[in-house]
Amino acid sequence: MPKDQSIRKVLVIGSGPIVIGQAAEFDYAGAQACRVLKQEGINVVLVNSNPATIMTDQHLADEIYLEPLNAATVRRVIEKERPDGLIAGLGGQTGLTLAMQLSRDGTLDEFGVRLLGSPIDAIEKAEDREKFRETMLEIGQPCVPSGIAETLEEALAAANEIGYPVIVRPAYTLGGSGGGIAENEEEMRVLARGGLDASPITQILVEKCIAGWKEIEFETMRDAQGNVIAVCSMENVDPVGIHTGDSVVVAPALTLSDKEYQMLRTASLDIISAIGIVGGCNCQFALNPDSFEYAVIEVNPRVSRSSALASKATGYPIAKITTRLALGYRLDEIANDITGKTCACFEPTVDYVVVKFPKWPFDKFYGSSRRLGTQMKATGEVMSIGQRFEEALMKAVRGAEISLDTLNAPPLSGDDVRTRLTLQDDHRLFTVFEALKKGISVDEIFDLTKIDRFFLYRLKSMAEFEQRVASTGLQPGDYKRFKQLGYPDSAIRRISGAKELPPFALSYKMVDTCGAEFAAETPYFYSCTDKVCESRMLKRSGRPVVIVLGSGPIRIGQGIEFDYSSVHCVWTLRNIGYDVVIINNNPETVSTDYDTADRLYFEPLTPEDVWNIIQVEKPVGVVVAFGGQTAIKLTQFLSSVNIPILGTSAESIDIAEDRERFDALLEQFGIRRPRGMAVRTLDEALAAAEELGYPVLLRPSYVIGGQNMTISRSREKTEDYMNRILAGGIENPVLVDQYLPGIELEVDVISDGKDVLIPGIMEHIERAGVHSGDSIAVYPPFNLTEKFQDKVCDISTKLALALGTKGLVNIQYLIYDNELYVIEVNPRASRTIPYISKVTGVPMVDLASRVMLGEPLSGMGFGTGLYPAPPYCAIKVPVFSFEKLNDADSILGPEMKSTGEVLGIGITKAEALFKGLSAAGFSLPTARDRSTMGVLLSVEDEDFPDAITMAKRCYDLGIHVYATKDTARAISAVGIHVTPVADPKTSGEMISLMENGSINYLIYTGAVKDDTVGDYRVLHRKAMMLGIPCMTSLDTANALADILGSRFSLENTELVDINRMRR
Amino acid sequence: MSYLVLSNGTVFEGERIGAPVDRIGELVFTTGMEGYLETLTDPSYYGQIVTQTFPLIGNYGVIEEDFEGESALFGYIVRELCDTPSNFRSAYPLNDYLVAKGIPGLCGVDTREIVRITREEGVMNAMICDEVPADLSAIRAYSVKDAVASVSGNEKYSCPADGAERCRVALIDYGAKHNIIRSLQKRGCSVTVWPATSPAEEILASAPDGVMLSNGPGDPKENTFCIEQLRKIIGRKPVFGICLGHQLAALALGGDTVKLKYGHRGGNQPVRDLAAGRTYITSQNHGYAVVADSLKGIGTEMFRNANDGSCEGMDYPSVHCFTVQFHPEAASGPRDTSVLFDRFVQKMEEMKHA
Repeated sequence: MPKDQSIRKVLVIGSGPIVIGQAAEFDYAGAQACRVLKQEGINVVLVNSNPATIMTDQHLADEIYLEPLNAATVRRVIEKERPDGLIAGLGGQTGLTLAMQLSRDGTLDEFGVRLLGSPIDAIEKAEDREKFRETMLEIGQPCVPSGIAETLEEALAAANEIGYPVIVRPAYTLGGSGGGIAENEEEMRVLARGGLDASPITQILVEKCIAGWKEIEFETMRDAQGNVIAVCSMENVDPVGIHTGDSVVVAPALTLSDKEYQMLRTASLDIISAIGIVGGCNCQFALNPDSFEYAVIEVNPRVSRSSALASKATGYPIAKITTRLALGYRLDEIANDITGKTCACFEPTVDYVVVKFPKWPFDKFYGSSRRLGTQMKATGEVMSIGQRFEEALMKAVRGAEISLDTLNAPPLSGDDVRTRLTLQDDHRLFTVFEALKKGISVDEIFDLTKIDRFFLYRLKSMAEFEQRVASTGLQPGDYKRFKQLGYPDSAIRRISGAKELPPFALSYKMVDTCGAEFAAETPYFYSCTDKVCESRMLKRSGRPVVIVLGSGPIRIGQGIEFDYSSVHCVWTLRNIGYDVVIINNNPETVSTDYDTADRLYFEPLTPEDVWNIIQVEKPVGVVVAFGGQTAIKLTQFLSSVNIPILGTSAESIDIAEDRERFDALLEQFGIRRPRGMAVRTLDEALAAAEELGYPVLLRPSYVIGGQNMTISRSREKTEDYMNRILAGGIENPVLVDQYLPGIELEVDVISDGKDVLIPGIMEHIERAGVHSGDSIAVYPPFNLTEKFQDKVCDISTKLALALGTKGLVNIQYLIYDNELYVIEVNPRASRTIPYISKVTGVPMVDLASRVMLGEPLSGMGFGTGLYPAPPYCAIKVPVFSFEKLNDADSILGPEMKSTGEVLGIGITKAEALFKGLSAAGFSLPTARDRSTMGVLLSVEDEDFPDAITMAKRCYDLGIHVYATKDTARAISAVGIHVTPVADPKTSGEMISLMENGSINYLIYTGAVKDDTVGDYRVLHRKAMMLGIPCMTSLDTANALADILGSRFSLENTELVDINRMRR
Repeated sequence: MSYLVLSNGTVFEGERIGAPVDRIGELVFTTGMEGYLETLTDPSYYGQIVTQTFPLIGNYGVIEEDFEGESALFGYIVRELCDTPSNFRSAYPLNDYLVAKGIPGLCGVDTREIVRITREEGVMNAMICDEVPADLSAIRAYSVKDAVASVSGNEKYSCPADGAERCRVALIDYGAKHNIIRSLQKRGCSVTVWPATSPAEEILASAPDGVMLSNGPGDPKENTFCIEQLRKIIGRKPVFGICLGHQLAALALGGDTVKLKYGHRGGNQPVRDLAAGRTYITSQNHGYAVVADSLKGIGTEMFRNANDGSCEGMDYPSVHCFTVQFHPEAASGPRDTSVLFDRFVQKMEEMKHA
C-alpha cells in the first residue's frame, strides 16, 4: 500500500535530555524522521525539551516546541496544532511512554490523532510484562522462567518449579541490593529471607539464572502488511548479566552456526509478527552456549540505541524506513538508498566486522563503583569497522578516548588477576588480556567470565604475538600483521622497540549494505589493509576538500552539542561549495549518517587515523573547532605536519590553553583573573592559600577529568587535602587558586579577526564553584548592570581579536565584589552554541564556518557587537543521571556531572524557569498544594545566612520547613517556624519524613564535608527512589523558591514555537 | 604465496588453505554471513570456486550434522579462516575438512574486490594455483559440464516419514540438499530419492503422491534427458520444483532459461509473492534464471525478485505443478518460505482424495 494521503500533519515526540540509557541516538532517529516527513510534504510538529539537538533545528520541522515532555504539555500542543497523526517510536522510552499515556487518557481519540507506526496494543504487548508473557506463550517463544514471591514458602516453591540456580531480585530496591544467585534450596532460604527483608514491599522476583548465556540481539522491521526482515544480528561479547549498553558488542553475531542464527532470527520475526509491530523493533535473546535452549529477554517496540548501532553497522537506515512504514508504505515499495537500485525489503549483508565499545563516566565519578550489571552506566559508545575482529576491536579501544591504544591497561587494583577476572567491571576486557599474557588458559578464563572462547582465542593470539615481537623485535611480515590486527604505529613502536617502520598505505572500503553485490552510491568508508582502495577509486567532484573532525563518544562534558555543531559546519561548508569529509566514530549521531557529509569515514579520531585519511583526501584544510576536546587536541599534531587548520590557528589555541601565555595576554589588557599558584608540598600549599586568602580552589594539574577538585575554606581542609593527594605521590604540581564565589557569566563570540559578534550573554543561577555545565544558565542575563554588560562585551571583543579568532570563542566570566574576572577562554564551539543559536536566531555555527573560510562577518546580516535579545527568557537546566549511578557523589562542584540539559522558554524568567525545571523532571506543585509541602534544609555553617533567607521564603509561601539540628537552630533564632529533624546518623526520622511525603525537596550543603558525605549519599539514594529533588546549592534552591511562589502551572505557560518567536 | 588467477588476467594473492592442488573453476560469490558448512556441502556448487563475502569463516568449526550433501565445489576463497573454532557442536577446524575433501582454497584474499570485479564484468572462470600461468587459455576454456551427473546419486533410496505417513514423494535428485528431504519427512512424507538418470516410467510406476524436483548444479539446458522425463511426469502427479528443478520444469513445459550476469547466492534475496503482495527474504544459489515471458499462456509467474525483477517462481495450476527458484528448505538462510512444503503436501493430499 502506498503512502496514506490522509496524513498531512504529524506530531513527532523527541526523547528529551540526554541521560544514561537515552542518548544522542534519538536525535539521530528523530532528525531522520523529520527529514522523511518533510520530504513527503507533511507538516511536522515537534516537541522536545532538549535544545542541543539537530532535530529541533529550525528547518527540520515546521513547528518546534522546546517544551517539557510530559502528558499535560504534549496534550496542549496537540490541542493547539491538531495533528493528524503522532509518531512515538522514535523518541526513545520517553516518546513511547508519552504516547501510551496520551492514548490511555483519551487525548488521542479526543483530538482525532492517529498513532502512526506500531498500534497501541502492539506497544502494550511489548511493554506490559504480563501481556508480553501471554503473547510469547501463545506463539511458543520461551521467556526467562520466573515467579513472584511474598513469603519464604512461595519463594522456595517458585525456585523448585523454575529449577536451580535462580536469581533473587527484591522488588523496589535500587541497584539490586539484597539480591543474588542461589544454587540450591539451602542457599535459597538465606537469600530469599534477606531479599524479602530488603524489599520495602516484602516481595521478591525469583528468576531462572541464565547469567553466562550468550546475549544475542536482532534488529528487525515489519510493515503493516506483515512483511518482516532482520536488519542485523548483534552478539554481546559480555554474556547475559551485563546490560547490553555496557557490553562490548559485535555485529553480526560471530559465534552462531546457521541453525542457531536462523532459530533466533525466526523467533524474532515471529515475535514482531505476533505483537503486530509496524516499524523497527529490537529483540534480545539469551542463548545457552551448550545447547539450542534460548529465552526471550526483552523486546523494544521502537527504535533504540541498538537500532542506531545496527543502522550504522550495516548502512540500513532503520529510523528513516520506520518513518516511511508509519506513513503506510510497504517495505518493498521503499528503495534502498545506498544502492539506489535494490529495495528496502531485504536483509543487509556485511563483509566486515563491527565492534561497539561503551564509554563510561567513571573518570568523572571517582570512587563510584565500576561494577557493571543490569543497570546501564555508559554515557555513550564508539563503533568501529574492520575486516577482522581484532582490527575492529583495536580501533574501538583507541577511539574510546580512554588513554589506551592497545589492550594493555594498568590494573584497577592490586588484586590477583583471577580475582579481577570475576569482577564484571568496565576494565574486564583488559583484565582478560592481562590474564592471557600471564599464561592463564582460555578454558580457565572462560570458566571465570563466560566470554565465548572464540573471542578469547582471538585475544590470546594477539597477546602471544605481542609477546613474541617484544622479545624478537619486528620480523619480516610482522609489521603487516600488526596493521591487519589494527595496531597503530605508536603501539607497534612501543611493543617492538623499532625506531623506523616501513611505509604502509591504508585503503578504504565502502559500507554498502550488500557486500559489494550491487554498486553503491553512498560514500561511507572504513580503513583496511587491502591494496584496492575504493575511496581512491571514487570519482571526486573536483571541488576543494575540507575535513571536519567530529567529537567522538558522548561523555559527560562533551555531549550531543558538539555533534550539532559539527553537522552544521558540514552543512554550511557543503552549501558554500566545498567537498566535505567527516571523520567520527560515534554510531549514535547525525554526523555519522551517510548523507550528512559528501564522504563519511567511520574511524577513530587519533593522529594516525586522521593522517591516513588526509593522505587519501588531500584536504585544503581541517576543521577542529566543532568537535569538542576530541578534535581540538589534534590541533598540535595537524599543525606539526603542516596541515592547514581552518579557523582559529593552532598558535591561538595554544595561547588560550597555556596558563602562562594566557596570563600574559590578560595582563596586556589589564584583565583580571582569579590568582593562583602551583605547589608541590604541604607547606607551599598552606602558604599559597594563606597568601591568596580562603576559600581556595585546590586541584591536581594534569589529571584527566579534573578529579579531586575541591574548595577549601580552612587551613585544616587544605592540610587534609594535601595529605591525601601527597600520600598518593604526585608527579605534577597541585594548583591553588583563589575561589571567588561570584556570579558566573558566559558568552559565545564569533569573530573574523576584524569584527566581533556577541549573540548573547548567559548568566548562571549558581555561583562560581559549580561547573558551568551543571549550572542553570539564563539568557538574557537577569542581574547584569549596563556597566558590566558593556565591560563583558568590551573584554570579549578584545580577547577574541587578540587571540586572532576566526570562528567561535567561548569566554567565562565572574563578577565578584563589583569586579569582573575572566575564568576561562575556549577558542572553539562550546556546549551552549545550539541553545543560544536557537533562542537568538543567530545561526552561530553557520556564521563561524563562513568566517573560517574568509567571509567577512560584517556582511552576514547579523551585525557586530552584542546582538539584541528577543523578548523571551530562555533557561538551560542541567539533567543528571544519578539514578543510574546510585553510588556516585551527586554534590555539585567544579567537576561536571550532568549528562544532558533541557531548555525552558518563557516571557519571564519565572515562566522559563518553571518550564526548565519541570522539563528537567522536578515535580512542581501548584499554589494549592503548597500548604501540604515540606522542605528539608541541612547546610554548612557558612551557608546559614542563605539558609535563613531560604527558610523565610518557604515560610512565606506556606511551605513547611524542616532542618537538621544546627541549621534549625540558626533558622529558629531569627523567629521562623522550623521543625528540627534528628541527624540521619542517629535516627531514621529524616527517611520516614521523606517516605511519608512530608518532604518534597531536599536542600543539603553539609555534604561538602568529608565526614558527612556518607549521610548525604544515603539520603540522596532514598530521595532518588522517591523522586524527591535534591539540591546541593542554595542558589538552585532559591530559583526553585522563585517559581514555587509564581502563578505558573503546566496548564498556563505559553507554548513557544521557536520557529515563530517574536523578535 | 599462492594465487587466484581470473580469466580476465586479474591476480589475487593469498595463502593456501585446504588441499594443496591447483584447480580451475567458475568463480562465484555468496553473501551469506553464516552457514558456510551448508554452502560447502551444497552439491549445486559443482564446478565452482566459491568466494565468501563475509570475512570470518570457520568460527564454529565443522558440525557434520549440518551437512547438506557431498561437497562438489572446486575451490574455496575466504578472507580469514578460523583455526580456533568455538561452538558446543564443533567437532574440528574447517581446514581439516577442506583437506580431507581435497578442496583447494585461499585465505587472506581481498574477497570484496573479487565481488566487485564479478559484479562489473560478470561471472568468469578462475584458477587456484601456486604459480601464475603465462597462458590463460586453459582458464578461459573451462565450462561447467556434466554437473548433474557428477552429483546425483546412482542408487535410489528411501527415507521414512517422521511419524505417520501422509504422502509418498518421489524426489528426483539432481544434487539434492538434505534439508529438502528433511522438510518433507517432517511433514509426514516418506521420500524415495531417485537418481537423475531414472526414467519417468519407473518413477511413475512407483505410484508416488507427488514428485519433488531438487536443486542442482550447472546449465539447465544441458540436462536433455531429465527435461524429457519431466515432460512425461508433469500433469500426472503434483510436482514441486526447487532451483534447478524449477528451471528444468520450465524447459520441459516449453519455456526458456538464461544465464544471469553473476547470479544470486546468499540468504538475503527479497522475493515478491505476486498474488499475495507479500515479500519474503529467501535463500538462493543459482546462476541461471527462467524467462517468465517464455511461459506466457503456459504458467503464471508466482514469485519475482524484488531487486532485479528476475523470475523466482512459476505456477502451472492446470498441471498441478509449481516451482521456485529460491530455496524454501533454507539451510543455510532464512526459513521464511518453508510454508511452500506445506502447500505441496496439501496439494498431494487434495489430489489423492480427488
